[in-house]
Amino acid sequence: MHTALIQLINVVAILLFVVFGAALLTWVERRLLGIWQDRYGPNRVGPLGSLQIVADMIKLLMKQDWVPPFADRLVFIVAPAIAMFVVVAAFAVIPMAPGIGVIDLNIGLLFFLAMTSLGVYAVMFGAYASDNKYALLGGLRAAAQMVSYEVFMGLSLMGVVMLAGSFNLRELVLAQADGWFIVPQFVGFMIFFVAGIAESHRTPFDLPEAEHELTAGFHTEYSGMKFAMFFLGEYVSVLMTAAMITVLFLGGWLGPAWLPPLFWFLLKTTLLVLSMILIRGALPRPRYDQLMAFGWKVMLPLALINLLATGALKLM
Amino acid sequence: MLQRVLHISYLIWDYLYSNLLTLWTVASHTFSKADTVEYPDQMPYLAPRFRGRIVLTRDPSGEERCVACNLCASACPTDCIALQKTEDETGRWSAEYFRINFSRCVFCGLCEEACPTYAIQLTQDFELAEYQRQNLVYEKHHLLIDGPGKHPDYSFYELSGKAVSGRAKGAGKLEAPPVDVKSLLP
Ligand code: SF4
Ligand code: SF4
Repeated sequence: MHTALIQLINVVAILLFVVFGAALLTWVERRLLGIWQDRYGPNRVGPLGSLQIVADMIKLLMKQDWVPPFADRLVFIVAPAIAMFVVVAAFAVIPMAPGIGVIDLNIGLLFFLAMTSLGVYAVMFGAYASDNKYALLGGLRAAAQMVSYEVFMGLSLMGVVMLAGSFNLRELVLAQADGWFIVPQFVGFMIFFVAGIAESHRTPFDLPEAEHELTAGFHTEYSGMKFAMFFLGEYVSVLMTAAMITVLFLGGWLGPAWLPPLFWFLLKTTLLVLSMILIRGALPRPRYDQLMAFGWKVMLPLALINLLATGALKLM
Repeated sequence: MLQRVLHISYLIWDYLYSNLLTLWTVASHTFSKADTVEYPDQMPYLAPRFRGRIVLTRDPSGEERCVACNLCASACPTDCIALQKTEDETGRWSAEYFRINFSRCVFCGLCEEACPTYAIQLTQDFELAEYQRQNLVYEKHHLLIDGPGKHPDYSFYELSGKAVSGRAKGAGKLEAPPVDVKSLLP
């Protein structure tokens, strides 16, 4: 009974943390982009503008729940739900600190990879159901991009798995007690970082929604809460990628004992999120063929070489 | 082979370097001051020749400067000035009505340039927003101000040589008396 209650609190707290964290992230990102572009960003609602998310939420909730008459109704409605579901489900396996985490799966890493792979369905369904040229082009790009970046995203993590000898994320963190995996697996870290940004399709890998060419890409026809779900899904997946990098390469909650483990986890995750926002603010979007060439001709060979080298070193 | 390897390593370095430089440049803006002028709280700097709301001015003696010549209306590219000439008992011309539709005005300032009497002038006021479009149509009593605006000393009737009652031709301040052309006959 007691453990069940604790687990329930855990689940609810983490769900709220994820959703509100992602909502807050929209404000943080806009403020930071503003600061880096020598302006202020949203600073009017509430202290420093932090209540902007409330205003945005009210606005999106009040909007008409509109399904275009030419859309494939069922798929159109299901797509944003998938987008939200897969990222939140993937968050479930992330161990935040000893005793904090929704579920402790033996194959947590595989579950994470599976869930991020499912994310492509949200984009594809949304694009297909919209019956819109821009959406279709966005969906095509998203499918190609996510499929090709998935390949080496998985491969880049296998080096870590090899070193720790486990797919369990908690054990992966504990295996880093005497040295974070970012040092022996720096290449893996870089590749996963790039793939993570591509998976959450953010600039410079935001070709599926490239505003300048495709209006809004796969979510062109979406508005109101359904749009918000896509949007929030993207931000949750940013958080998720950052948390995953923390767990896999930066020693998760490990850190000097004078602060609680959860603090270390959140600190590392926050720094990673900030760096992802910086990348969004600074780097331009490549052309579509450049993106594919980069994935298949640079990242995939790098990931394979990294895997090979790690295996060889492990055997020696 | 070696050359190829060197070339590829150079390319990798080049790409990495340029991207890292971009990241650094953007990150260094964290501490630079924002260029934003937070407008309703803080007035932006307006240039002295800023072109905003249009006024009709008066000459130093307090009379309306506008002589209803219609030059501004014909210069206006958006045709948003409408006026009608009238004449008082002294022979002075003025506008019976003078109407500017600010929902069409583009604040180009051509009316000001066309005006021979410096009557119509653009000011620095740009806060013209209205809830109803009809309220953007300004009539003469909205436009007319009490002062001379720019060119405070200019008075058309003192310089133009036109006779109005109370002052004959050539009686103005800077005017020479009219020449009797017949006196030039041999
Ligand atoms: S500023 Fe230009 S558009 Fe406006 S009234 Fe004068 S001439 Fe017309
Ligand atoms: S404002 Fe100037 S240009 Fe226009 S009618 Fe009057 S005198 Fe003529």
